Amino acid sequence: MSDSQSAFTIANDVRSGRQRARDILEQHLERIDAREADVHAFNLVLRDEARANADAIDAAVAAGDDPGALAGVPIALKDNLCTRGIDTTCSSKILQGWKPPYNATVVDRVHAAGAIALGKTNLDEFAMGSSTENSAFGATRNPVDLSRVPGGSSGGSAAAVAAGFAPLALGSDTGGSIRQPAALCGVVGMKPTYGTVSRYGLVAFASSLDQVGPFARDVRDAALLLETIWGHDPMDSTSIASPLPSLLDGIDKGVAGLRVGIVEELTDVEGIDPEVRAAVGKAAAALEAGGATVDRVSVPSTMYGLDAYYLIAPAEASSNLARYDGVRYGLRGAGDDISVMNANTRNDGFGSEVKRRIMLGTYALSAGYYDAYYGQAQRVRTLIVRDFARAYEHFDVLLSPTSPTIAFEFGSKTTDPLAMYLSDVCTIPTNLAGHCAISVPYGNDSVHQMPIGVQILGRELADALIFRVARALELSRGA
Amino acid sequence: MTASPARLTRQDVEHVAKLARLALSDAEIDEFTGQLAGILEHAALVSALDTSDVAPTSHPLPLVNVFRADIARPGADRDEVLANAPAAESGRFRVPRILGEAP
Repeated sequence: MSDSQSAFTIANDVRSGRQRARDILEQHLERIDAREADVHAFNLVLRDEARANADAIDAAVAAGDDPGALAGVPIALKDNLCTRGIDTTCSSKILQGWKPPYNATVVDRVHAAGAIALGKTNLDEFAMGSSTENSAFGATRNPVDLSRVPGGSSGGSAAAVAAGFAPLALGSDTGGSIRQPAALCGVVGMKPTYGTVSRYGLVAFASSLDQVGPFARDVRDAALLLETIWGHDPMDSTSIASPLPSLLDGIDKGVAGLRVGIVEELTDVEGIDPEVRAAVGKAAAALEAGGATVDRVSVPSTMYGLDAYYLIAPAEASSNLARYDGVRYGLRGAGDDISVMNANTRNDGFGSEVKRRIMLGTYALSAGYYDAYYGQAQRVRTLIVRDFARAYEHFDVLLSPTSPTIAFEFGSKTTDPLAMYLSDVCTIPTNLAGHCAISVPYGNDSVHQMPIGVQILGRELADALIFRVARALELSRGA
Repeated sequence: MTASPARLTRQDVEHVAKLARLALSDAEIDEFTGQLAGILEHAALVSALDTSDVAPTSHPLPLVNVFRADIARPGADRDEVLANAPAAESGRFRVPRILGEAP
């Protein structure tokens, strides 16, 4: 939405008293009132809480206090981030009615920076999916074309930003769940380096892959949000303790002298839309015009990423989701005996994609199959890390499509799990390696006018660098 | 090089459902047998790779144990936690029978 203000503008204006947080909030609530019935980005809109928080920000400014870097900026939160006393469902029946007794660290951090939490956004159940069609509460629709999916699993967050409901949103990315919906909805989405953002209070899916990250309409807003949430958290044992660099300081430095590699295996992938491939070529040409050198590079083992991921992620999920047993929270199924109650609770509470992945993961970990499936997938993960390391000896950043296709129509992949899994083929290798990557909108396809996303990949802790390249790409796109 | 296991059977799916504590219906067992077999066949691509000299990666970071000072601090509020339970009694989670005849 071109008439929407950036998070930067809002925060600057609210801090200096030029605009009131309450007025900003009401503008966004009006947009939600006008289109949410069609889009269904939210599981829950927090009108009263948001109004109280906006009034508190305005009172702080009036009293001469600085509310912080996100003062008065409305933000949408993926509904797998814990919010104290506020329903957190993961779009699953099994958690319906659960009110977490604590906030996720990222929720505390955006609140402390003055942002206004607008609501909890829809997702594929437990973040398992690429279309948001797996939600127990109904699908989210793509605001650009309501007959198409927004992508997933963070489809609600991507749609909320694309529809102008919020300038910022938080999502989580286990195999592409921020970047793919960002690409399909025409917004910026970024997966930070593993360990830079706390996972405390993010409901676990696959713990060695999950990472919280930002959605925004432009690259600088996404960097602003990530700067607010990242950094060490003693509540997450995998949180990186060393200090992290500024993302905004060098963001406008341009790409002169940078070496950019187009990943052949991810750009010539089977089933790719020729217009998506062409967009990557245009992005590469724009970076070259900005002074970068561009070459093609082979990262061979990335072609095994999808298969390795669909063994590793379900294996970790089967363990993480064992906690939903009907004892401590959420749904409880029938049964006079605890094991019967456990099995009924889980069968009634989980949707079919979640059951499929629990089954797949349990099988991959079971006696007799562990080495052939899970063990082998972990060794392939090592190959991917090695191949990336080799590529980064010659290149500063890598380039690929974010998604092989534009947003697809509802129902077109729901009966074939493998076809749905292929949506993540370009984004998964980054998660397996623990690296960072960002999706930037780069044009539309000529037939349906749907957005296309280009992905910039960086090695671990190259987050500031990929933001800089993303910013250059965004500027090259014109207005 | 690891040999690819045989194609997944309906009996495998029933066994795995029991391990995963999922009371799947007959229709679900049929559906999953076909779908999981298809996914695992695709995954056989990775089973066929020669990785004899490759160490497994379980995590992107070199993990070390994290310690904190052994000082007591407040935990979650009991009543707030129990308020989320499907059933609670006398400050505890209430569950169906856990002992008795084997299922």
